[in-house]
Amino acid sequence: MELQTLTYIVVGLTFALYIGIAIWARAGSTKEFYVAGGGVHPVANGMATAADWMSAASFISMAGLIAFYGYGGSVFLMGWTGGFVLLALLLAPYLRKFGKFTVPEFIGDRYYSRTARIVAVICLIVASVTYVIGQMKGIGVAFSRFLEVSYDLGLLIGMVIVFFYAVLGGMKGITYTQIAQYCVLILAYTIPAIFISLNLTGNPVPQLGLGSTLAGSDTYLLDRLDQVVTELGWHEYSTQARLSLTNMFAYTMSLMIGTAGLPHVIIRFFTVPKVADARTSAGWALVFIAILYTTAPAVAGMARLNLIDTIYPESGGNLAYEERPSWFRNWEKTGLLQFDDKNGDGLIQYTANAETNEMVKVDNDIMVLANPEIARLPNWVIALVAAGGLAAALSTAAGLLLAISSAISHDLLKGVFMPSISEKQELLASRLAMALAVIAAGYLGFNPPDFAAGTVALAFGLAASSIFPALMMGIFSTRVTREGAIAGMMAGLSVTLLYVFQHKGVMFVASTAFLGDLQPNWFLGIEPNAFGVVGAVLNFAVALTVSRFTAMPPADVREMVESIRVPARTI
Amino acid sequence: MKNNNAYWRANIRLMVKLLIVWFLVSFGCGILLVDLLNHVQIGGYKLGFWFAQQGSIYVFVVLIFVYAKKMARLDRDFGVEE
Repeated sequence: MELQTLTYIVVGLTFALYIGIAIWARAGSTKEFYVAGGGVHPVANGMATAADWMSAASFISMAGLIAFYGYGGSVFLMGWTGGFVLLALLLAPYLRKFGKFTVPEFIGDRYYSRTARIVAVICLIVASVTYVIGQMKGIGVAFSRFLEVSYDLGLLIGMVIVFFYAVLGGMKGITYTQIAQYCVLILAYTIPAIFISLNLTGNPVPQLGLGSTLAGSDTYLLDRLDQVVTELGWHEYSTQARLSLTNMFAYTMSLMIGTAGLPHVIIRFFTVPKVADARTSAGWALVFIAILYTTAPAVAGMARLNLIDTIYPESGGNLAYEERPSWFRNWEKTGLLQFDDKNGDGLIQYTANAETNEMVKVDNDIMVLANPEIARLPNWVIALVAAGGLAAALSTAAGLLLAISSAISHDLLKGVFMPSISEKQELLASRLAMALAVIAAGYLGFNPPDFAAGTVALAFGLAASSIFPALMMGIFSTRVTREGAIAGMMAGLSVTLLYVFQHKGVMFVASTAFLGDLQPNWFLGIEPNAFGVVGAVLNFAVALTVSRFTAMPPADVREMVESIRVPARTI
Repeated sequence: MKNNNAYWRANIRLMVKLLIVWFLVSFGCGILLVDLLNHVQIGGYKLGFWFAQQGSIYVFVVLIFVYAKKMARLDRDFGVEE
């Protein structure tokens, strides 16, 4: 069957499934809307968390990043998984015991302050909105590449689908669609990887294939990869560090604490019945995430090798541009691959040397998107990858939108401005807030602001430097005061923003960067994306110092902290 | 109350132990000691590279389940389960 038709069928079927779930899982109360009624099985919640967490960036971009950074790409692998250990040990069980609906609600209650709650809402909204723009773009791009509809129409279809199940079902609808979306995305990711591993090494398990010998030879795949990339002038794949050791350390740590502090992930743990379930559920979430994250390095290494082998075929010599395979032609149309015959010989040169390299653009995303075509897999696998990319983007977008809308309806409206509204009114307000959030996110997807490119890094920076320390100190210290927490959050937030803006430009407008984005100007050689950890350290330091000089938190707050530390309902 | 304090201290002790492992496999084996470990080869993987791209993730999963299991026992022993 034609690829185009097949893709329409596969994507259409998955969308029909999501809509079916939405109709079945309507929310009838605020508890269902915010936390799916609090009765989600820990394994089911783990699966939903995995889909919530793995965005278009994990699905489409990460393997490409690793393919080009080699060992340096490990910061993403360790950072985006290690954060779940912190979440499971330091935050999730206690926040579950607290037993309310949102992250700012905990900060407001623990720090007995409406100001702290509002500061937390602002951090949450900034972090989540920047993140959601990336997902909206992912939806538009996936549609336009695979279904050949325009970016705008693709985005609109995506919005309608999210609107439907998020507004109707709230957390309940989102949870069950995320479970379905996880199944789609993990199949779409692993099936091509299994085939490619089988082709290259004869081992069907990609995690083992990456460490195996190439089929019909005694050479290890990784050794061969190291050899071909160094011959073409790049650094050895398996030892290529990302800038410096300090930078790799800081980057990994920033991603870990940022992961643990992202509100849309944290609120997923409010949906399980018990504290003990929150702990196991975090483990299950990481199992489901690890299936993709341990496959990604194999996809990365194998795709890089396949790409180089295509351009430099075994028969010797370089590939002639006129003889390039059809996937090459297809992806050239999208602009993700670009060739410039600099020496005019009609052959393709692909090297690390910018002067002679003729593959002037090889986009990271190509490594996953074109992977099935490069490996000559059947059309239905390509159609599945399209559905998988859309599932990853939709599931994360929905989780983020719920975090945003519940912060607006529960924290701002019910918590601060109109505390007297009834539950029914609040449910209506939360649906309205969700509808507005979907429309706002769609608007930003249609008109991506200049700063959209750098924003996911900003989301992690904000979560790491403001939300994570405030939550952790709120649980592990009874002494941290309202004044300390607010000062700490502001300090962490401002130093991270300042550092990012001074190197990347105010709101990412490059011309306003008052210190160039150059390594010699970086503090300890730490790149701006990796700065969250410095903000977090400052947050801890400021909060603990200020708390020392301000009055103890009131007795009822200290009692609340004691009670969230113990699973039992009564002390 | 006294019971709760002992429970909390036991929890912290367990947590610290697991976080030391968490740090060692990722920041230790995956970053700080990577060059040293890369002299060892398992299959086609250099050991340091393996920790950074595979091993640390497997250990993370195990750590969370160990924590959940040991905490469930602590909850029972101290009579504080939900």
